[in-house]
Amino acid sequence: MTDSVRLVDMTLRDGMHAVDHQFTPEEMADVAGALNAAEMDVVEVSHGDGMGGSSINYGFSAASTEEYLDAVTPELTDTELSVLMLPGIGTIEEIDMAIDHGADICRIATHVTEADVSEEHFEYVKDQGLEANGLLMLSHMAEPETVLEQAQLMESYGADAVYVMDSAGALLPSDVRDRVSLLADELSIDVGFHAHNNLGLAIGNSLAALDSGAVTIDGCLRGLGAGSGNAQMEVLVGTLEKAGYDVNPDFFGTMDAAEDVLVPMISDDEMPELDNDSLLLGYAGVYSSFLRHTRRAGEKYDIDPREILIELGEMEVVGGQEDLITDVASRLASEKDAEAAEAASDD
Amino acid sequence: MSLDAAIVGPGNIGTDLMYKILDRSENIDLQRMVGIFPVEESEGLQAAVEQGIDVGTEGIDSIEEHADEFDIVFEATSAGIHEQHAPVYEDLGLFAIDLTPAAIGPYTVPVVNLDDVIGETQNINMVTCGGQATIPLVHAVNRVSNVEYAEMISHIASKSAGPGTRGNIDKFTQTTAAGLEEVGGADDGKAIITLNPAEPPIMMRNTVYTMVDENTDVDEVRDSVSRIEADVQTYVPGYEVTLEPTVKDQDDVAFDLGDSIILTTMIEVEGEGQHLPPYAGNLDIMTSAALGAAERIAQQPVDASPIGGVSDD
Repeated sequence: MTDSVRLVDMTLRDGMHAVDHQFTPEEMADVAGALNAAEMDVVEVSHGDGMGGSSINYGFSAASTEEYLDAVTPELTDTELSVLMLPGIGTIEEIDMAIDHGADICRIATHVTEADVSEEHFEYVKDQGLEANGLLMLSHMAEPETVLEQAQLMESYGADAVYVMDSAGALLPSDVRDRVSLLADELSIDVGFHAHNNLGLAIGNSLAALDSGAVTIDGCLRGLGAGSGNAQMEVLVGTLEKAGYDVNPDFFGTMDAAEDVLVPMISDDEMPELDNDSLLLGYAGVYSSFLRHTRRAGEKYDIDPREILIELGEMEVVGGQEDLITDVASRLASEKDAEAAEAASDD
Repeated sequence: MSLDAAIVGPGNIGTDLMYKILDRSENIDLQRMVGIFPVEESEGLQAAVEQGIDVGTEGIDSIEEHADEFDIVFEATSAGIHEQHAPVYEDLGLFAIDLTPAAIGPYTVPVVNLDDVIGETQNINMVTCGGQATIPLVHAVNRVSNVEYAEMISHIASKSAGPGTRGNIDKFTQTTAAGLEEVGGADDGKAIITLNPAEPPIMMRNTVYTMVDENTDVDEVRDSVSRIEADVQTYVPGYEVTLEPTVKDQDDVAFDLGDSIILTTMIEVEGEGQHLPPYAGNLDIMTSAALGAAERIAQQPVDASPIGGVSDD
């Protein structure tokens, strides 16, 4: 018997970070149509920071969640539709709206130590008869035992699956194995894994997760996504087939969705790559979606984005705290000015 | 005049409020702390006994029994319980300051709208901790230039978020957003909260973004914010603006700003540390605001006072 893997394509969700949440509903429909044709298991759609994420802090999206969902649902005849929400950013009102607009799955994400803010949302999603998945973000910031405790909370709230989210792309393969295998052993629900490629490990870590008992994996076409991007979906499909896993999407169809449909929509500036700044995310353990905000702040305050990211890593910032980027950049700039003034007065 | 008060709900918030009243209140005389458990099972009631404050252990029955002792009741229980208590306070002629999310009375931020609401009601609600921290800033911007949209992000230490907040986090964001509009004056409001588990615990900090017309006089806004900071500090000593209004324009964002600019203001709230640790500025600002409201009510001229005909001087 071959192991079956469920693949979740988040090009239209985590991929939104790469385009500053500016996909149009038409672009989303085109990508969703190509993924449906390629028999993708699940497509996730929403603002990069989940429903309710459209804001000054994370960037307003080009259209509302409602408009995006209405654009993609006619395309998804076979593929399931997932939406994301982060308690504290979105609310049950958004979940309700998504259910009315065709969502099949609601994924609920919290910081890895704060799962207990999600109880009301899981209960609501389960009451409405949808599949509910729990996502534990920035899993590198907690020991495996803590990740398990928090996953068990989500399981107790009714989660159908829990994901280890490597939101900073900071986990090494051994760290992935420790976390995923513990969850797979102790939970009675499915375990998933979500990679970012900031240390160049997205595909390798996804394989390590599957080998440790994960049964569902996140990815994006062409590796779109926050930071240096997520696990590249067409590479996942090919690699997992080669490794002997049973995957549903068509390999060529997924490749075509990436190269023929997605790539023409993405500018060079938007296409994530493993450059110096995104490498720093993985090294310093910073939430991947901070990347583009940090670059803008670095430019405004004339500070190397890497210095800002190192400082944010030392502050142990968590997802959602994007406003602190401005705080750090302005502080580093005034420190620099003070040093320059001191140097000038020494002359 | 001075007002006689009871605290209902001897939990963390009620206990912190008790210490603040005893420490620095000018016009509020705390007469009784009321809970529903026997004194030996309630740390808050024990603390009250140690401070020489009378206690009650029968909940609302204790209030009814001693109603003639008080003018004002601080509700530090929960939304559900305040909904049950509110009509009783009203019948007894007691003015209620509601620190729960029940919001039976109008949202009230002492420095912004207290004087407007107290003539009309016997029950005021303290919005949320994030609302107390950020609504004054939105108001300060809005009195200079119409705030088309206000957005606040509250960062609080995980250790300072109790089970009530965690179990109903939507209530925080929805109530705070409504407060930004109804009290702060923004045309539209949005609220976000993050919990950060870093050790040592982070201070409560908040960011307020206001979207205003691009021709807004930013110096005038800064001056207005600085004045409101001083006003809030009269009842929340640890309230500090850490980033004065700073402009983001079209070059700084990836979305279309139209004819608007964004002003970013940041504040930190350090608790006074009477009962709760200094990092729990989110709890501190609630108790400070409630006490601030009570002090301000006490200073009303008798003919304008909402405290109906009760005077003990």
